[in-house]
Amino acid sequence: MKDFLWLIPTLPFLGACILIISGNANLPRRAVSIVGCGSVGAAAILTIVIMIDFLTTGQIPEYTVIVNWFSVDNLSVPIALHLDTLSLVFVFVITFVGFLIHVYSIEFMHHDESFARFFAYLNLFVSAMLMLVLADSLILMYLGWEGVGLCSYLLIGFWYEEEKNGYAARKAFIITRIGDTALAVGLFMLFAELGTLRIQDILTLAPQQWATGSTTPVTICLLLLGGAVGKSAQFPLQTWLPDAMAGPSPVSALIHAATMVTAGVYLIARMNGLYVLAPQAQLWVGIVGAITLLIAGCSALTQYDLKRVLAYSTISQIGYMFLALGIGAWSSAVFHFMIHAFFKALLFLAAGAVIMALHHEHDMFKMGGLRKQMPAVFATFLIGSASLAALPLISAGFYSKDQIIWLSFASQQSNIWFFLAAVVGAFITAIYTFRMVFLTFYGEAKTSVSHMPGNLITQPLVILAVLALFAGFIELPHTFGHVTLFSDLFSTTLPPVTLRPNVESHEWIIQTSTGLLTLVGIAMAYYFYVIQPKIADDIHASTIETHRFWYAGWRFDSLYDAIIVKPILFFARVNKHDFIDKLYSALVELSEMMSALFSRSQNGILRWYIMGIVAGAVIIITFTLIITP
Amino acid sequence: MILMILILVLLFGGIAAGFSGRMNTMLPRWISVGAIAINLFISLWMAAQPNTNSSPWLLQLKLNWIPSFGISFHLALDGISLLMIILTFFLGIIAVAISWNEIHFRVGFFHFNLLWVLAGITGVFLTMDLFLFYFFWEVMLIPMYFLIGIWGHENRQYAAYKFFIFTQASGLLMLMSIIALYFVHGQATDQYTFNYFDLLGTSMNKQTAQWIMLGFLAAFVVKLPVIPFHTWLPDAHTEAPTAGSLILAGLLLKTGAYGLIRFILPLFPEQSAAIAPVAMALGVTGIVYGAVQAYGQTDLKRLIAYSSVSHMGFVMLGVFALTEIALQGVVMQMITHGISTGALFIIAGLLYERIRTRDVTQMGGFWKSIPVASVITLIFAMASLGLPGLGNFVAEFLTLIGSWSANKTMTLIATIGIVFATAYSLRIMQKVFLGKSRLEHHQSLADLTARERLILLPLVIVIILLGVHPQPAIDLAKDGLQKTLNREFQAPKEPKIINPNYQTLTVPATEKGVHHE
Repeated sequence: MKDFLWLIPTLPFLGACILIISGNANLPRRAVSIVGCGSVGAAAILTIVIMIDFLTTGQIPEYTVIVNWFSVDNLSVPIALHLDTLSLVFVFVITFVGFLIHVYSIEFMHHDESFARFFAYLNLFVSAMLMLVLADSLILMYLGWEGVGLCSYLLIGFWYEEEKNGYAARKAFIITRIGDTALAVGLFMLFAELGTLRIQDILTLAPQQWATGSTTPVTICLLLLGGAVGKSAQFPLQTWLPDAMAGPSPVSALIHAATMVTAGVYLIARMNGLYVLAPQAQLWVGIVGAITLLIAGCSALTQYDLKRVLAYSTISQIGYMFLALGIGAWSSAVFHFMIHAFFKALLFLAAGAVIMALHHEHDMFKMGGLRKQMPAVFATFLIGSASLAALPLISAGFYSKDQIIWLSFASQQSNIWFFLAAVVGAFITAIYTFRMVFLTFYGEAKTSVSHMPGNLITQPLVILAVLALFAGFIELPHTFGHVTLFSDLFSTTLPPVTLRPNVESHEWIIQTSTGLLTLVGIAMAYYFYVIQPKIADDIHASTIETHRFWYAGWRFDSLYDAIIVKPILFFARVNKHDFIDKLYSALVELSEMMSALFSRSQNGILRWYIMGIVAGAVIIITFTLIITP
Repeated sequence: MILMILILVLLFGGIAAGFSGRMNTMLPRWISVGAIAINLFISLWMAAQPNTNSSPWLLQLKLNWIPSFGISFHLALDGISLLMIILTFFLGIIAVAISWNEIHFRVGFFHFNLLWVLAGITGVFLTMDLFLFYFFWEVMLIPMYFLIGIWGHENRQYAAYKFFIFTQASGLLMLMSIIALYFVHGQATDQYTFNYFDLLGTSMNKQTAQWIMLGFLAAFVVKLPVIPFHTWLPDAHTEAPTAGSLILAGLLLKTGAYGLIRFILPLFPEQSAAIAPVAMALGVTGIVYGAVQAYGQTDLKRLIAYSSVSHMGFVMLGVFALTEIALQGVVMQMITHGISTGALFIIAGLLYERIRTRDVTQMGGFWKSIPVASVITLIFAMASLGLPGLGNFVAEFLTLIGSWSANKTMTLIATIGIVFATAYSLRIMQKVFLGKSRLEHHQSLADLTARERLILLPLVIVIILLGVHPQPAIDLAKDGLQKTLNREFQAPKEPKIINPNYQTLTVPATEKGVHHE
C-alpha cells in the first residue's frame, strides 16, 4: 500500500486544481461536491487502508522519495514523504474529520454563489495540512506550514465583501507568519549546525552532536516553539484565532479541529528528540501551555458569541496539549489532539447548524430553548460539550484530558504549577462549556428557528458524536481498565513519560477529585444560567472590569496595536513621500539656488563687471601679500 | 557568433521597427515580436545543449575592435548570463505584447527604443570587455529615458530626468573606475587592456582597489537599487508605461545584481569581503524599509515599486554573504523577482487601462467582476510574500539559509522583513480585489481578454515551475558561481570554444556594425 502514499496529499490538491481552473460558473454544484468531497474521501479511504495494513502486519512505510526539489552545495531537498505512527494519526484525523466537514459543507454552503471556490480552498487546505504532517524534511513541512497559512487566509476572508472578514484573514496570516519567522530561523540554525534538514537525520544526528541542555539545541527548540506558538494560537500569538471566526462555520471546524492549529503540536511532537536534548526549552513549552490554557479559559467564560466561546476553548485545549508536550507526556498530547479533533469539529459543525437555523445569529444570549426545537443538534452538541468539559467516565474527552492532568502531577518533568493550572483549567472548562450549552439550548426561545438542518448536516454530526463518546475507550487509565491501545502505537516513535517515584497510588485520588470538580463546574453553570440567572447578572455587574478585560482577550490586541502596529503604520503614513528623497530634492534646490545666484551676476551691466574684476583683483592681491612673507 | 547575432538582431530589428512605424502601426509590433522570438528561441536552444566543457563558459566571441587601446569586442556566455538573457527575451516579448493596445502614438519609435534597451541589456549580460560593458550600459540608459519620458504617465518628465541623472552619475563613476583599473593594470604589467579576464587578479594596493571598487559599486547599487540610492526607482517605475515598468523592474535592476556577481566579487575579492558587513546591512535595511514604504503607498505602481526595493535587498544580502547557497538564491531572486514583479506591474497596467487610475483607495471588491485577474494577482502576491511552491520562495529561502552562516543578525532581520512583505502583499489583494465593490463609479469592468490571458499565463506557469522544479536553473548557474567564489574565474580556453571561422571575419565589418547602428 505504501506506494500509494503520495496520493494522499495529491488527491485533495488535484481536487483544488480542478475546481480553481474550472472556475465558478462552469461546473454544476453536484460536480463540485463530488470533486471536493470525493478527493478528500478517497484520501481518507487510502489512509484507512494503510492503517488496517499497519494494524494487521505491523509494517509501516518508512518513506517514499518522490522527486528532487532542489539541491545546492550541501543543501539537498527532496520531495519525500515519511509515514510513521505519529503522522498516521494526524493523517487519519485530517482526512477523516476533513471529509466529514466537506460533506457538511455541501449543505451548509449550498446557497453560496462561490460554492466551487469554497471547495477549492477546503481541498487545498487539507492537502497543505497533509503535506505538513507527511513531510520528510523540514523545508517540505514548511511548504505545508505556509500553505495552511495561505488557506486560512483565503477561508477566513471567504466572504470578502465584509471589511472585517478581510481584516481577520490578514491578521491570521500575518500573526502566524511572525511565528513562521522564528521557525525559519530555527531551520537556518539546524542546517548550519547539522548540515541537513531531513527530520529523521536531524533526530539521529542531534544526540551525537549536542550534550543535553547545551545552548544550541535549546535555542533551536525555542525557535521551533516560536513557530508552533504562532500556528497553534498559543500565548503570546493567540490573538488571531478568535477573530478567525469570521470564516464560515465549516472553516472554523477545519481550522480548529483537523488542520492548522494542531500543526504546532505536531511540530513539537515530531521534533521530540530535540526537545529531549533541551529540557529548558521543553519547560517553556509547558509554561506556554499552562499560561494559554488559563487565559483562554477565562476569556471563554465571558464571551457572548457562540463561536468565540468555542474559539477560546480551542486555544485553551491546545494549551493542554502544549502542557502535555512540556512535561514529556508525548502520546497524551497526541491522544488529546485526536479526541479534541472529534469533539471540536462536532461542536463547530453543530454551532454552525444553530447559527444557520437562527438567521446567522451568533449571540448566545439571543438564543435559548433550542433543546426542543432542534433535538438532533442538541443531542450531538451536548455530547461534544460533555467531551470538552471532560465529563467523567462516559465522554472521550475525560480519558484524554484526565491523562494529561494526572501526568502533570506525576511526571518527572512537571511541577506543582503545571498541575494547578491543569486542574483549574479543567474547572473553568466545565463552567464555560455548560454555560454555552445552557444559554443556547435551555431557557426560553428568543429567536425562531427558520431552517432545519438536513441529512448532510446531521449525519456528520452523528458520526462525530459517536467518536466523541467512544473514542476514549482505546486508552484507559491504570486505575480503570488499563487499556493502552493508543499509546502502544507510539512505542517506537515517541519517548515514554517518566514518572516520579511512588506516585502511582495517588492516581485515583486525582482522578476522582478532578472528576468531581468538573461536575461541580457543570452544576455551577446550571445554577447560574438556568436556575438563578439573576446571580450571573449580579456577578457580571460586580466584576465588570475583569469581565471586560477577559472579554477582550486580556487586551493583547490593544497592546500589540499600541506597541507594534501603530508605530509602523504611523511611520509608513508619515513617510509616504520618503524622506530620503528629500535629501536629493534638497541637492537639486541647492544647485538651482546657486544657479540663480550666479546667473544674477551675469546681468549685462558693464559697471558691475568692472566692479567684479576690481574686487577680484583686490582680493587676490591681498591674499598674495598675506601669504608671501 | 551566435552571441553577436543576438545583439545584432535586436539592434537591426529596432531600426526596422522604427522605420516601419511610418508606414503602419502594426508592423513595428510584429517586427519586435519576431526579433525577440528569434533570440528567445536561440537562447533556449543554447540552454538545451549539454555543457561538455570543463569550463563554465559555454560560448565566446572575441574580435578586435580598437586594438591600440586594448579594446576588443569580446562576448562570452556562461550559465548565469544564459539565464539572464533568457529572462531578457522572455520578458521582452511580454513587454511588446502588453504594449499592443497601450501605445498609440509614435509606435515605431517606441519599439525602436524597446528593442534597443533590450539590446543594451543583452550586451551587458554578455560583455567581457569593460569598455564595451560601459558602452552597453549607456545603450540601455538612453532609450529607457525616452520610454519613460515620452510614453509615461502624468509626471513622466520628472521621472525620466531623475532616472537619467541617477544612473548617468553613477555610471560615470564606474567609467572612472574602469579607466583607473585600465591604467593600474597597464602600469603593473605593461599590457594595457580592457579585457575582463586579463584584469582579473590585477595586483594593486588595498587603498587603490578599494576606491576602484567603490566606483563600480556606485553604478551597481544605484541600478539595483540599494537604499539610500533608491529614490529614482519609485518615480521611474510609476511613471513609465507598463512595458517600461516591466523592463525596469524585470531586467534593468538585474543588471545591477549581475554586475555585483560578475564584476565586484571576482575583480575585488578581498575588498568585497571587507565591505560585506556594511553591504549586508544596507541590503537588510532596504528589505525592511522598502516593505514598510510599500505598505504606506496608495499608488498601486508605487507600492509595487517599493516592493522591488525590498526584494532587491535580498540580492545585496545574498551576494555579500559570499556562500554558494546564498548566491544561488540571488540568481533565483533575479529571475523570480523579474517575473513576479513584472506580472504585478502588468496587472497594474491592465487595471489602469480599465479604470484610468492607479489609486488603490478608489479600487476595491473587483474579485466578483474580474475573477481571473484576481486569481492571477493572488498568485503573484503570494509569490511576492515568498509562499513555498512559487519561485520566489526558493530564491529567498536559499538567500537566507546561505546568509545565516555569514551573518546571523542580518539574516534574522531579513527574515523578519518577510512578515512586512506579507503585510503589503495582502494589502494589494485587500485594496483592489476584496472588500465592498466600488464599481458603481465605473460600472463595467471587463475580465482579462484572450490576449491578456495569453500574456499572463506563461508568467504564472514559469513562476510555479521555478517553485516546484528550480533545479535546471540552479544547475546552469552553478559552475559560474562556484568559480566566482573559489576565485578560479578564468578565461575560456580559446581554441576549444571559439569556432576558428569566427576569427576570420574581418574586423572593420564588425566595427562598422557596432558604430553605425
